[in-house]
Amino acid sequence: MPKPDPVPAKAGASVEVKLPVQLREGYHVNSNMPPDPYLIPLKLSWESGPFTGFEVVYPKPVLLKLGFWPAPVPVFTGKFELTTRFKVAASVPPGLVNLPGKLRYQACNDRMCLPPKTIDLTLPVSVSR
Amino acid sequence: MPAQKLSLRSIRRWTLFIAAFALLVSCTAPFRDDDARVKNEKERKATPDFSLKDSTGTMVKLSDFKGKVVLLNFWATWCGPCKIEIPWFTDFQKTYKDREFAVIGVAMDEDGWDSVKPYIEQHKMNYRIVIGNDEISQLFGSVDSLPTTLMIDREGRIASMHVGLVAKNTYEKEIQQLLEASKDAPKTGAVRAPGSEFAFVRPN
Repeated sequence: MPKPDPVPAKAGASVEVKLPVQLREGYHVNSNMPPDPYLIPLKLSWESGPFTGFEVVYPKPVLLKLGFWPAPVPVFTGKFELTTRFKVAASVPPGLVNLPGKLRYQACNDRMCLPPKTIDLTLPVSVSR
Repeated sequence: MPAQKLSLRSIRRWTLFIAAFALLVSCTAPFRDDDARVKNEKERKATPDFSLKDSTGTMVKLSDFKGKVVLLNFWATWCGPCKIEIPWFTDFQKTYKDREFAVIGVAMDEDGWDSVKPYIEQHKMNYRIVIGNDEISQLFGSVDSLPTTLMIDREGRIASMHVGLVAKNTYEKEIQQLLEASKDAPKTGAVRAPGSEFAFVRPN
């Protein structure tokens, strides 16, 4: 798997990173707020490390009519972006910080579902003054 | 302060990085399978056995169901297509239970009974449910996609296997076919005397 280029970040500044995601054709994942409590939401999370004020913004879901729920179900499908915002404290020394994160998801197509997965992510952040 | 954004090059790399996530989850290709397709008897293989506790704490040993036609369904509470099938299986259990038929559900939820017990109650599931695990999944050829449903004949052999949602009618045809096919056959453990209507059941 390719290693992403470091995200440039200035000490004391806010950073916004967009993570593009692409699903296999015909598959969808539950949105971050599925209507049924048994459904597993898509969740991107980061360990705070030297950064603070984490915020993850999910895209607007697609409403899909699926046979198991009375109303259309909000899902993500195809290509979409997950936006992460965080703040780099002024006291963070310059250098490379590898920010660990996790992406949890559960994918289905119209006939079957695959087990939930959690994948480890690493976001390299290059902090400068 | 203006937010800094990831460079295009970085975005491209992240695309490659994340895109793999849905691709890696399974190699199982979805296939449509709407027709009943019970294997002929010679092609059927013995069902692997397992012993697991059901929601009441009673042991369920699959080989104890020999003599019955069994619908063995791998499912999970987070699986939408599985949810569609549950009322069908509840109907089958009700309709055919007096004809030597049973449904057994194997729930593959990671958190086990915490999710499964309330789900059983909410969905009024009238058949036996056990909690599956990787070991059980491997026994049945690494069950990954849900639902996966096996029809097991009275001799404990796999008569058909369906990966993914199929029509209710497909299951029903197979149940009826297996019940009819084995109606005249002696049950496992029984010896029918030639020319006689009496069967002598072997003691266990």
